Amino acid sequence: MQIFLESTFRFVTLLFVISTLGACATGSDRIVLLPNKDGSPSALILKTSKGEKILDKPYAAANVAENGSIKPSEQSAESVKANYSDLLSAQPERPVSYMLYFISGTDELTPQSKVMLEPVKAELKARASPEITAIGHTDTVGKDTDNDILSRERATTMRNLLVTYGVSGEHFAVAGRGERELLVQTADGVDEPRNRRVEINVR
Amino acid sequence: MLAITKRHWMFGLIMISTIGGAEALAEAGMVKSVKGNVTIERERATLTAKPGSLLLVSDTIVTGDNSTVGITLEDGTLLSAGPKSSLSLNKFLFDNTTNKGALDATLKHGTLAVVSGKLSKTSQEAVIYRTPTTILGARGTEFLIETEAKDK
Repeated sequence: MQIFLESTFRFVTLLFVISTLGACATGSDRIVLLPNKDGSPSALILKTSKGEKILDKPYAAANVAENGSIKPSEQSAESVKANYSDLLSAQPERPVSYMLYFISGTDELTPQSKVMLEPVKAELKARASPEITAIGHTDTVGKDTDNDILSRERATTMRNLLVTYGVSGEHFAVAGRGERELLVQTADGVDEPRNRRVEINVR
Repeated sequence: MLAITKRHWMFGLIMISTIGGAEALAEAGMVKSVKGNVTIERERATLTAKPGSLLLVSDTIVTGDNSTVGITLEDGTLLSAGPKSSLSLNKFLFDNTTNKGALDATLKHGTLAVVSGKLSKTSQEAVIYRTPTTILGARGTEFLIETEAKDK
């Protein structure tokens, strides 16, 4: 019995060693930093039981063995495309934001923003399972409390309008921020067209 | 004797996970695209993932052979998982006024592509992706992780 157990133990140990060696050769993780779509710099920090590594160039990559050792490697646009095309084609569409502007003291769009509504409508309708938020703002003319109400009205009006155009209202939230989040900083009581806006975000 | 101790310990674990689950039913994102066989493991249930399915904190997304899934989190993070993957959302907090919060996800096996959202700009230290061997901190990035299955 004792001998049997011992030899089984040895065999298991041998198997373990072989599998560990295998893992060292292939690496248990492969990590690739991709370039940011907007071209901004980026970095990825890797930590394992064996150490740390920073990837900070597009297509810089690392292979991590099961024991935690990190080996630098490199990929390219071509190799990523060849190995991960299924994965990358499954990525959801990127979030988009639009800004629409209003006539002073009203929830009525400026003529330019009325024109802008067309592409917004098209984009919102084209998305699969869109989640939309409309956030209303005002300039600093008028009372804070009135501006809180007006900013929310602007957002609600946009929501209602887009829903009548056929945009899904199921995940379409509205909020009003009054004059608390100015796009252009001004003193109180300043008529600033760029602050009278609704930001529409879709993801 | 040993068996009894072990059973007690298991019971304790189940209690802890139940308590944890009760406070963690927070919305984190939405499934946007599904190809093939994709399920969401929630508490002890297995749900079929469809475009529009909500993803909650503590959910695990599992993809089958030749299957993929695309998910958008509330901060605008885009996640996609390739075939035979298991991805758990351990933690997700996002305040849409301050854009701050935290994200912690584990890829147990398979492939994951990430396009970082607002959290990786406002709460860099709090955005963490894990595999069984590696912990990744993302600094406003797009990246891929592939990890091999372990005793699965």
